[in-house]
Amino acid sequence: MNASPPISAHLDRSADGGNVVVNIGPSHPATHGTIQIVAELDGETVKRADVHCGFLHRGFEKEAEHHTYHKVIPYVDRLNYCSAMNNGFAYAEAVEKLLGIELTRRCIVIRTLLCEYNRIADHVTCVAASIMEMGAMTAFLYLMTVRDYIFEHLNHLTGARLTYSYVRIGGLARDLPEGWLTRLEEILVFTERYLERIHGLLDHNRIFIDRTRDVAVMTPEHALNWGFTGPTLRSTGIALDLRKDSPYLAYPELDFEVPVGIKGDNYDRYYVRMCEIDESIAMVRECVGLLSDGPVSVDDPRVTLPEKEAVYTEIEALIHHFKLVSQGIVVPPGEIYVSHETPNGELGFYLVSDGTSRPYKLHVRAPSFVHMGGMHTLLEGYEVADVVPTFGSMNMVGGECDR
Amino acid sequence: MAVMDYMTTKKDELVGWIRKFSLFPYPFVTACCGMEFMAVSSTLYDTDRFGAALPRFTPRQADLLMVVGTISHKEAPILKKVYDQMCEPKWVMAFGACATSGGFYRNYGVLQGIDRVIPVDIYVPGCPPRPETVIDAIMMLQDRIAGDHHPILPAEQRGREPSHADKVFPIFPTADGVPPSQT
Amino acid sequence: MTGRAPLSFDAIEREFASLVERSSQSFGMPVLELRVENLLPLVTGLRDRFDFALFLDVTAVDYLERSPRFDLVYHFYSRRHNQRVRLKMPVPAERPVVPTLTGHYGSARYMEREVHDMYGIEFAGNGDLRPILLYDGFIGHPLRKDYPIEREQPVVPYRAG
Repeated sequence: MNASPPISAHLDRSADGGNVVVNIGPSHPATHGTIQIVAELDGETVKRADVHCGFLHRGFEKEAEHHTYHKVIPYVDRLNYCSAMNNGFAYAEAVEKLLGIELTRRCIVIRTLLCEYNRIADHVTCVAASIMEMGAMTAFLYLMTVRDYIFEHLNHLTGARLTYSYVRIGGLARDLPEGWLTRLEEILVFTERYLERIHGLLDHNRIFIDRTRDVAVMTPEHALNWGFTGPTLRSTGIALDLRKDSPYLAYPELDFEVPVGIKGDNYDRYYVRMCEIDESIAMVRECVGLLSDGPVSVDDPRVTLPEKEAVYTEIEALIHHFKLVSQGIVVPPGEIYVSHETPNGELGFYLVSDGTSRPYKLHVRAPSFVHMGGMHTLLEGYEVADVVPTFGSMNMVGGECDR
Repeated sequence: MAVMDYMTTKKDELVGWIRKFSLFPYPFVTACCGMEFMAVSSTLYDTDRFGAALPRFTPRQADLLMVVGTISHKEAPILKKVYDQMCEPKWVMAFGACATSGGFYRNYGVLQGIDRVIPVDIYVPGCPPRPETVIDAIMMLQDRIAGDHHPILPAEQRGREPSHADKVFPIFPTADGVPPSQT
Repeated sequence: MTGRAPLSFDAIEREFASLVERSSQSFGMPVLELRVENLLPLVTGLRDRFDFALFLDVTAVDYLERSPRFDLVYHFYSRRHNQRVRLKMPVPAERPVVPTLTGHYGSARYMEREVHDMYGIEFAGNGDLRPILLYDGFIGHPLRKDYPIEREQPVVPYRAG
């Protein structure tokens, strides 16, 4: 019955005999169910912490080597499942660059819009989960309502609430339906209203400040050394954002700021995320203004399925459709590293193609994984009760961390 | 006697009604389905209407183990340990395609369905399942609980097979290892 | 777009000509191919000379029919020059040992553990090569091309029926 723990703890016996070794997780609400923190405590202070991940290892890279490029898309969605669009677009860009495909204007703007829309959903989820773990149930329920409206709205567009599989190589699955943009504006107004309430509940809240200010402070050099990117790095003061530094999609045309923090503590990470939600709302509105008519998928016979009427009437279109669906698209040999600014940080796809219809190697540079590597430095020296807010502010997403 | 049978049935109905409307879930959340679990517990699709909103984050106090998300082989011993720590009566919900059958992950890392290691009472399909599907599953489970036989009286306990929990965690083991309810 | 000093491909080539076997470009990213013994001096040089202070990633590619079998691929980012660079290093299967970068970057710890787990490549000097994505008792290295994808190694014995 007592199956032995799947990994040796490294802290089975504490070096200093007086310390207690406490196991937090992996089945723990605050560690999002997939991280085990073995902490050596001296009273309430964490002396050493050993962070174990890998409890959600689902073999993404091995699966990618056995599936065609389009069949990999649902797997890619389930990496950072809070913002599935961002993952899909980064992956699609890697394949499209190897193929040498230029996207249509409408596709670029819609992809940017959805990236920012999903960023709002991801940051809302992160803030909601972390403050619920600190006890603020009201704020959690407000943010869940916001997020549910976003999910239903994306359900109208893609057919799924969470893992959309909306991206296609060379474009998108379908165009925006009727009335989608009107509802989008309604949801943005609703989000702004509810975010004001969250600011009112948390920003100057004595308890929240006490739990998050000056906890898990990170200097910029420390953050770079341990590989932090995204809002966690920006909370230390470094304005590193791929949307500004190496812009992709429609970001060169958008006017937005990159919020940075001052101290790199938990409060700054929370506040940077809240500011990024505001920036994303403005960016979504800008993208709606940039939308122009046109096709969403590029008209390239290597990747785009032919029109249904042609498939049912012409033999060439039928064969073409058959080959694209059964064999998959064929990508010329080469390798590429594409990284996007996802809500967690720099998500990179390193794709090696051998000229067949399946990736030879598809590696994901996951920001959450690298953050978990550096997280023990943020836990050591602080109290055991600080583990929960610190972990929550990292926004560790298991699908991305363990792949 | 017929009267005793009638009283037992009425007792079972009452206990079933109590148990079905006071489920304490242990959300064993791992992956994407966790997002839908959060959504189904929140205001728009409320599990609190069914009395099943209050999660107990310790298996000792929970009776519904909701396995939400993919279970890898690395996580399987932890799942088994949590299941064994729960007391009777307990039910298991396999939430999502990955918990039901491994989902679309068929590789070295993923357990192909949690029913390979623990018994499951209700399977919820979907990747992730819509909150309405989860509510439907909870209601089906409630119907099952309502119609179940609930042997809570000592008279019913006497002479029955020791349960899995009795064998694994005998609270007051007697000299020959038989629980007191059997003597 | 950000006014940072761009880094020319020639500048890297000139600076590290003695350490690099071959250099090329891949979609705007300089790719430096080198031998295992030149890894540490090259990484130190990139970090100190061109501010490649962010270690992005290390992974391996398994070319089953080729000798040397593995290609170890590193990615770094320089804030000063807003530039990414890729390093590629062939590693033979008979002796898959490479020096560790944990002395240069703290983030190398976890990433090297993952490569060791998935491919079996040893990182000399990284004292902590426990399994990270897999578990104690897992035999084999799954991302190698000769590991069948469906070979499961369950930890908990399956129930009967």
